[in-house]
Parts: sequence; C-alpha cells; structure tokens
Amino acid sequence: MWNAIRPTTRNLRIWQVGGLVILFLLWHVLTKPGLIPPLFFDSDNDAKFFFGEPVKILSRIWDWFIVDRDIYQHLWVTLLETVLAFAIGTVSGLIMGMWLALSPLAAAILDPYIKAMNSMPRVILAPIFAVWFGLGIASKVALGFTLVFFIVFFNVYQGVKEVSPTVLANARMLGASRRQLLRHVYLPSATSWVFSSLHTSVGLAFVGAVVGEYLGSSRGVGYLILQAEGTFDINTVMAGILVLTAFALVLDGIVGRVERHLMKWQPRAGETEKL
Amino acid sequence: MTAALSLQEVSCTFVSRDDRSQRYTAVSNVTLDVAPGEFVSVVGPTGCGKSTLLNVAAGLLEPSSGAVRVFGETLVGINHRAGYMFQTEALMPWRSARDNVLAGLQFRGLAERDAAALADDWLKRVGLTGFGDRYPHQLSGGMRKRTSLAQTLVLDPDIILMDEPFSALDIQTRQLMENEVLELWAARRKAVLFITHDLDEAIAMSDRVVVLSAGPASHPIGEFVIDLARPRDVAEVRVTPRFIELHKAIWDVLREEVLKGYAQQKQAA
Repeated sequence: MWNAIRPTTRNLRIWQVGGLVILFLLWHVLTKPGLIPPLFFDSDNDAKFFFGEPVKILSRIWDWFIVDRDIYQHLWVTLLETVLAFAIGTVSGLIMGMWLALSPLAAAILDPYIKAMNSMPRVILAPIFAVWFGLGIASKVALGFTLVFFIVFFNVYQGVKEVSPTVLANARMLGASRRQLLRHVYLPSATSWVFSSLHTSVGLAFVGAVVGEYLGSSRGVGYLILQAEGTFDINTVMAGILVLTAFALVLDGIVGRVERHLMKWQPRAGETEKL
Repeated sequence: MTAALSLQEVSCTFVSRDDRSQRYTAVSNVTLDVAPGEFVSVVGPTGCGKSTLLNVAAGLLEPSSGAVRVFGETLVGINHRAGYMFQTEALMPWRSARDNVLAGLQFRGLAERDAAALADDWLKRVGLTGFGDRYPHQLSGGMRKRTSLAQTLVLDPDIILMDEPFSALDIQTRQLMENEVLELWAARRKAVLFITHDLDEAIAMSDRVVVLSAGPASHPIGEFVIDLARPRDVAEVRVTPRFIELHKAIWDVLREEVLKGYAQQKQAA
C-alpha cells in the first residue's frame, strides 16, 4: 500500500497538490462554526472571523473570475504597474551600473549617495510618491522602481567589474573599439548578472506595486484587499492574498522560461546534451 | 629586411598599487626581432615575464622603457597587425563558436555575408564544421582552442602571438594541435612569436628559440637557430638526433635558470 503512493519524482505533483488539499481541509475543519468545539477561542465564530473560511474564499475567487469578471481590470492594473516598474528599474539600473563601473571617478563621487539611498527603507517613500504622482499607477511604478533599480544596479556594477580580463583583452586584440567593447563584451556580461537577479527584481516590482496600491489607490488587487479590510471582510482579504500569490507564481514561471531561453549559453552543472 | 616585430630594449617595471615603493621589474632590456614568416619561440622558467613580453608586443601593455616596432613603425596602442592567442579561456561565453570566430570580422565592419563565409571556411579548416552553433561550455578544451585559433587567424594577421596556447591540453590533443598550427602556418608564413615553458614544443615548432633568464629583470641569455627540416611532425621530430642535440644544448642554458627561478619562488613562499 505505502509503496504505491510513496513520494517519488513521478508523483511529485500529486503530493504537492495533495498537500494543498489537506491544508485547505484542515483550514475548513478548524474554522467552520459548529463543526468541532472551539479549541483556542471563546466563541464558535471567532476562528472564522480571524482566519476566514476557505469555502467562502474560494467562492469569492470564483465570483471574481467567472461570475462577475471584475477582477481582471484590477489584475491588469497590478500587472501593468509591475511590468513598468520592472522595465524602467532594470533599464536605468543597467545604464547606471555600466556607467559607474566604467568611470571609477563618477563611482567614487556617487558612492556615499548610492549607499545611503540603498540602505534607506524605501517603502517609506510610498506616501511621498502618492503626493508627487497622485493615486494612479505612476506612484506605484515609482515605488517599484526604487526597489528594482538597486538590485539591478548592484548586479550590473558587479558584472562589469568581473568581466574576465582575458576576454576583454581578446576582444581588444580582435579590433573592438570602445563602443564595440561596451556593446559586445560589457553589455552581455552585465545582462547575465541582470538575469541572475531577475527573479528577485520581478518579485520586488510586484511588491512595490501591491504595497503602493495598499497604501492608497483606486484600482488594483492591493486596492481590493484594502477595501475588504475596511469592512473586516476577512474572506475577501484572504481571497485577494491567494490571487496575488498565484499571480506571483505565474510571473515567476514566465521569468524562469525567459531566463532559460536567453541564458542557454551558460553552463549548468551536470548538463549533458542529447545529440 | 625590416622585422615584422621588433622589441627594442624593452623593460617593464610594475609598481604595487597599495605601496608605491614596492616595485617589480619583470623584464629588462629585452631586444628581440621576429622576421616576416619566421617562427620564434621564447622559453624560460615560470614567472620570468614571458607573458609580459607578449603583452608588450600586442600593445596591451606599455613598456616602462624601450620601444616596439611593427614593420618599422613604432607601436602606439593596440597592435592591429597582430593576432593573439591567449593561454586561458578567451572566447566570449555568450557567443556560439561561429559567432566567436565572426567577432573580429564584425568589429572590423565586414559585410555580414562575407564575414559568415569566412567564418565557416575557418571553422572547416580547424575541423569544427557542425559545431558552429555550440557555445564554448559545450565544447571540449581542444575544440575551444581550435575555435580560438580560428578566431585569431580568420583576421589574417601579419603577426601571430601565442601565449602557451596548448598548455592546458592533454599530450595527444596537444601534439595534434601543434601539427595543425604548423600546417596552417606553413600555408601562410606569418611571423609568429610563441611563448612556452615546454622546450620540446619550442624546438619542434620553431625556426629560432630564445631563452629567457629567471626573473626578476629577465632578459634573453641564449638564442638557438633550429635547423630541422620542414615540414615537421612534432611527434616524429622529437626522436631525431639533431633534435636531441639541440635539446641538450638549450637545456644546458635553461637548466640553471629553471633552478634559480625555482629557488626564488620557494624563498618567496
């Protein structure tokens, strides 16, 4: 019996999904009023109040996606903010990182400023951005940007500094001009470092978007959660969190795919090629 | 006849970045000529500044004093008439073998189609047809060296600089590569400056072998013309009496320097 269902690499997915189902069942049993006597709370309804009910949460999600179809505009806004913050943050981090890595004097001058800005808890800037850019998507993009920028910046800076001197000398001997070195040696080397930080920076862009929405907005999934919280509607809050989690997973999957495609020149440990 | 490459009283002193008073003179007063079409090897104990000399010849390193002349003209900046084969991995890992061979042609602004044809031709010559779309990490060490060779030679340089290019290869692959290089060289007869610590390799391949003293401040202490008949097979030539004779003569000069270099390194450690 046990041998048939023992976890192996083949039934990995089943075990993963099974875990989720068990989690939801436990959640259901522990929160459903009247099902079992209250263990920690005084009243039968308290568990439900604090943790929500999975059945209601799932039906909420069902309503959002299938019945009312009103989640899509919010998801779209959150996605747009994430992508914009990621794109703008990555491009400016790339440019800034390459520039500072290639001109040591500028790096020396700006060094304390960059350190200061990086160590500042940037989430605190959200209210200021809301004042500057309003409650629309611009303020969320700005917040996501401040989070993404430094990740990419430091990676690119490192990447350019660590370009193999031999590869560099070789390119020069092959006749590369300064511009060509930038385009054909520094940039590809730096992008590989950008890609190594891709998962982190997409995640942070997402965090920036949601936190920004949560602190003040009129659309987006963060806004939905904020609204529900105002009325102590824990089920909707939980539903929003679930949707965000699933969304983040999808985003991460896409990034992984893009990364595998673009980084095929990088060796992976133990990789053999089928001929 | 003007030399293809001429080092004139070249000295290189390195200053430590942290402590300006710490200096190290790698090579001092090196004068060395390579005639067009001549294959010259430089041998010497480890750490004697062989690579420094080559970097100076390539224009990657400016000598502290002395001058480099390339076909009679004083060298300023990168030596654009030279191709350089490095000791360590120098291929761009993000480019396929074919794109690596293409790189130099691309930098020179050659039309795409001509460049592609040339690159394919050279891939064929070094025996890598069908491996063009592999990335360097998917190639074996020998294949990577061949790609490097094609990358350098596709530009048809008048001077070829080689820095222990085969030192990382196993002995069989190495002899194959040496023969291939000799064959390619025989077809075009470019000036070659070849750096190695392997005396056998130096004698088997060269027209002339220059022996450097142990560092610091190393300088040429002996020069031997290798009058073995060409074409040579590097494996076969090693057992000819003349080869053994030459080997003995050069080794007599080199041995003392090797011991000196070894003692110095041991002392420093």
